[in-house]
Amino acid sequence: MAKVSDVCRLVRSKNAGPFWVTVDLFFDGADSFRRYAGSEALGPETFARLYGTDPALVKRFPVERLNMIKISYPRSSPQGGMVERDLHCGQQYVRLLDVELG
Amino acid sequence: MTGQTHFDGPIKVLVPTGSLGAGAREEEVRHGIAQGAHVIATDAGSTDSGAAYLALGISKNNKGAVKRDLTILMKAAHEAKIPIVVGTSGQAGGDRNLDWTRDIAVEVARELGIRPKIALLYSELSKETVKAKNAAGRVRPLPPVGSLDDATVDACDHIVAAMGPEPFIAALQAGADIVLGGRTTDTAVLACYPLMKGAPLGPAWHAGKIGECGAQCTIKTVDGSGVLLSIHADGFDVEPLSTVNTCTPHSVSAHMLYENSDPFLLTEPGGVLDVTEADYQQVNERIVRVTGSAWRPRPYTMKLEGASSGRFQTVMLVGIQDPIVLRNLDAFHDRMLDRLYHRVRTTIGEAAGDFHISLRLYGWNAVTGEKVPEGTPPPREVGVLFVATADTQEMATQIAKACNPWFFHMYMPEHEEMPSYGFAFTPADIERGPVYEFRLNHVVECDDPMELVRTVWVDLDRAEAA
Repeated sequence: MAKVSDVCRLVRSKNAGPFWVTVDLFFDGADSFRRYAGSEALGPETFARLYGTDPALVKRFPVERLNMIKISYPRSSPQGGMVERDLHCGQQYVRLLDVELG
Repeated sequence: MTGQTHFDGPIKVLVPTGSLGAGAREEEVRHGIAQGAHVIATDAGSTDSGAAYLALGISKNNKGAVKRDLTILMKAAHEAKIPIVVGTSGQAGGDRNLDWTRDIAVEVARELGIRPKIALLYSELSKETVKAKNAAGRVRPLPPVGSLDDATVDACDHIVAAMGPEPFIAALQAGADIVLGGRTTDTAVLACYPLMKGAPLGPAWHAGKIGECGAQCTIKTVDGSGVLLSIHADGFDVEPLSTVNTCTPHSVSAHMLYENSDPFLLTEPGGVLDVTEADYQQVNERIVRVTGSAWRPRPYTMKLEGASSGRFQTVMLVGIQDPIVLRNLDAFHDRMLDRLYHRVRTTIGEAAGDFHISLRLYGWNAVTGEKVPEGTPPPREVGVLFVATADTQEMATQIAKACNPWFFHMYMPEHEEMPSYGFAFTPADIERGPVYEFRLNHVVECDDPMELVRTVWVDLDRAEAA
């Protein structure tokens, strides 16, 4: 079963303003994009489980020209707040790498 | 901004760096000016590094770095007789952040022996202004926050509204050589000059988005700092300012994704940039041409940002190489946290209030705080960061002091004698200050783009005498 890290050449995450996080998954080519871009394993429930976000607010955008999908979700705790561990959210993508895409 | 039918173009915008103070390069600026740059435009901040910079009115960059960049830019712009526009001065674009940047610009002008006409655009709002706008039904929440109430406004130390290009255009038309803006959208500060010259709206705004982080939209980001944006009647070109650097359709189009929750639409004051139909073509090995960018006009809104300071934290740090601890890190964490809470309750009691302690095991799971997968081998060492949060700084420090003996020496069951973990500092506890948070994620509707903006002209005679 393919993991995200097997079929993406680049995965990154970053703040998109103080209240949102955005993850970019660049697949390793058009084949992987076609096969996995719509994967349920990258759906809102996975983001709710991994990041504690509200699944109803998770947004997903396929960008075919770049063989990538962008997924954006609201932070579950305030940026820089009492329990902050990743202020810029640049490390958040790592938890996605082992997600199995089926 | 409707004169695009008469636009001859191209208008060339020199973006020297992704953020003022990050390191503009003299040779790149020279190259951009030799290519016919009409304006130098740069952003100087962002919300990205947190609310402290707005709450405190301080810069993230040091003064020397900003002064160095401003010296390069002001000297080159003066010689080339082109204006400089700066957005989000001093990291957060609050009034204090802007005044800090103004003082540096005045100092540089004096040192260079030049007398530029400097306009300051203030967009910090009083609580009364925000409350009145809200009461009039002119403030709208953006997900995931709810509608605004007065208590939230009162909790903010400083509130700014992100400006569009119009105040910059007004200042340039009034003869400004340098415009230092308070909070501004990254895109607007790069788009203002082309828009003033009647450039087509879609390409001008899209170029602004692509260039906002300087050379980040290029291939060899380490070899370059800036880009040159050329906006023409049909689209725009992107070219790295470093002659050894290149752009590709991928590097340029991928930047539209950066720090943006939607890859196709970007809401700006007065409209939405829509790049759904944008086409990216390689012109030569260094230049990419972008066409098909669209601008959808919308009622004028400005995004609000408000920063608050809250409860206080005191931190301690130890390094641990003790194999007994490393073999059982999760058990160590849970045992330590339990002991520390117990210790505070028994030594400080109710006076500690609604305190909070967290332990972050760097080298193990500090970034997530979640259990690592079963079977993960122990690391060679961990750093343990202790963070106490309490209602006052004094109490946070009292909590840290109460915890110190356990944080220093806590036994695991296998320890034969008392361990001593590796402190890096004396005293062990470090007062970190308040927790700063952004409280607003709202837009305010404006009848006029200048409504919430105050323009002030620097009087160099008075500034120098001061």
